[in-house]
Amino acid sequence: MAQVSIRKVVKAYEGNVQAVKGIDLEIADEEFVVLVGPSGCGKSTTLRMIAGLEEITSGDIAIGGEVVNDVPPRDRDIAMVFQNYALYPHMSVFDNMAFGLKLRKFPKEEIKKRVDDAAKMLDIAMLLDRKPKALSGGQRQRVAMGRAIVRNPKVFLFDEPLSNLDAKLRVQMRTEIKKVHQLVPTTTVYVTHDQIEAMTLADRVVVMNHGIIEQVGAPQELYHNPATRFVAGFIGSPAMNFLTVKLVSDNGLYVELADGTRLAVNPARIDRYKPHAGKTMTLGLRPEHLTETHTNEKPGTAYLDATVDVTEPMGMETMVHFFIKGEPVCARVDPLTVAIPGQILRLAADMSNMHLIDNDTNKVV
Amino acid sequence: MSATIARPGSLHRQRQWTLWGSYTALSFFVVVFLVPPFYMLMTSLKSSAEISAEAGNPWYPHSPTLANYMTLLGSDSFMRYFFNSVWVTAVVVVVSMVISILSAFALSRMGFKGAQVLSTGVFLTYLIPPSLLFIPLFQIVGWLGLINSTWVLVLLFPTLAVPFATWIMIGYFSSIPKELDEAALIDGASYMQILVQIFIPVALPGIIAATIFAFTISWGAFLYPLAYLYSADQVTLTVGIVRDLIRGDVFAWGMIMAACVIGAAPPIIIYTFLMDYYVAGLTAGSTKG
Ligand SMILES: Nc1ncnc2c1ncn2[C@@H]1O[C@H](COP(=O)(O)OP(=O)(O)OP(=O)(O)O)[C@@H](O)[C@H]1O
Ligand SMILES: [Mg+2]
Repeated sequence: MAQVSIRKVVKAYEGNVQAVKGIDLEIADEEFVVLVGPSGCGKSTTLRMIAGLEEITSGDIAIGGEVVNDVPPRDRDIAMVFQNYALYPHMSVFDNMAFGLKLRKFPKEEIKKRVDDAAKMLDIAMLLDRKPKALSGGQRQRVAMGRAIVRNPKVFLFDEPLSNLDAKLRVQMRTEIKKVHQLVPTTTVYVTHDQIEAMTLADRVVVMNHGIIEQVGAPQELYHNPATRFVAGFIGSPAMNFLTVKLVSDNGLYVELADGTRLAVNPARIDRYKPHAGKTMTLGLRPEHLTETHTNEKPGTAYLDATVDVTEPMGMETMVHFFIKGEPVCARVDPLTVAIPGQILRLAADMSNMHLIDNDTNKVV
Repeated sequence: MSATIARPGSLHRQRQWTLWGSYTALSFFVVVFLVPPFYMLMTSLKSSAEISAEAGNPWYPHSPTLANYMTLLGSDSFMRYFFNSVWVTAVVVVVSMVISILSAFALSRMGFKGAQVLSTGVFLTYLIPPSLLFIPLFQIVGWLGLINSTWVLVLLFPTLAVPFATWIMIGYFSSIPKELDEAALIDGASYMQILVQIFIPVALPGIIAATIFAFTISWGAFLYPLAYLYSADQVTLTVGIVRDLIRGDVFAWGMIMAACVIGAAPPIIIYTFLMDYYVAGLTAGSTKG
């Protein structure tokens, strides 16, 4: 049983730079949690505090119920995979993987068995005699994972393990990591700045920004119900459109775009938004919820006219870019739709998937 | 040649000129550096009679003889000097390397307050010429009662070798990615185990470069042994040669040269043995995790 608890944890570096500003997070046993966020938001710092490589300024971190604030890394029973692999260059693959077990005085046969098992699982059994410099990036990454697996630790920690690999290999290794987690279910904390990696791997995603946690939730939940403007904009690719609108109450509730177009608010949301009537707010709408018009539209659809600026045919879909009073907007239409730059295209906005953001708090209301 | 258009073969020709230039310069240096040792070797194989006769071609021995070597190897005092040099150097190298590896590790990795200032300080001490220090040091050595004791060298040479060796090692250790020690820390290693099992093997070329440096300081030193030692049982090889083989204005050239050959043999053997590593050590930073 190895749940990880992070309670009111603060990390201040010299010069009083607060890299992590008091975060709370409960990670369940065997859960795969991904920390995601832009560069410098404190993901690595958080991970390194769990590992014990970085001291905690205040707060508590507990692993398996035991507070480990003052426990050195080697006694925390964790394993970590680094972005640059950090393999011991003078040791063979076997010795790299066996190093931790040897230091812990495991019997020889046990070490060999564990290394062989892990090597088989990771498909590196034929590389055991090689030195790291004779391996490709993907192979090194596997060895680094093998080194973590053989220890059979309470918690796996990954710090951007795939960002040194090329795009294709990254996708492949992503699947591999997921497979390993299914074979050896272990509490895992995984850091990445790639939101797709986060979405595909995580049981729960933790979105961080400027040293705080913006939102914690299952990937789908973050996608459909972002709590803040930051999460709404960070999760999803291409990113959500943000439009300055006025919420007007006039025989029903409307969002009024900068060009005067009024889009009716979905009746189901009227009670939720009503208190904000009259305010200038931000409308969040994902490109896939702004599409070509259909003959039998589902209820809660509103229409607007766009003067097409640029189109990007992607094969399965075409991205249409345009501006509403200077604000860039992206719509995602069927590739058969006729969208010619300079001409007007009528688009359907799926208002049941809209988000309304309070400009003062940056929270989704 | 002012041609800016690449004609076929012009690159080839350019490369050839560069090669010619390099070879000419290198040959010049090889000749300049190798003539004295060559002459030393040749002279050591001549008898005193042949040397003083000054007849015929001086570049090779007309009747080669090992007599000089035999005399030296049979001389108790010469063997004594040689042995003194050997044990002083062995102790100096071991002591210097232990101190510099430990201090370089501490300075580059333990991250304590003032580590940066301290490493700069260590390097600055290296910039003070030893020849300026030997008079003040004489007082200290006298106060310690070590005048005319070979131990004085064991005490002093590390002070010359450690700063530079530490500086080399700091450079080497700093080029080892931090994640490597962190991985080892998580794997369960203590700082000492990290040093012995990770840092020393990874930085081996640097350690060898530093070792050769410490060896050279001790083996080739002349000034300090000359200043602090005088009796036959304490003197090291460099001073011993001058002490025994030059009597007034009488130079026993054949034996001096033979003694020099014997004195030069250990460094040559060690350098040849470690050459590959040494070259790798001079092109530092080539370790990459
Ligand atoms: N040793 C340090 N001393 C001072 N400030 C630091 C130190 N390490 C990190 N920081 C600062 O703390 C903040 C968080 O850093 P951290 O490495 O956790 O970011 P990150 O989210 O992992 O970013 P990235 O995606 O770029 O790796 C940054 O602003 C960084 O400049
Ligand atoms: Mg990071």
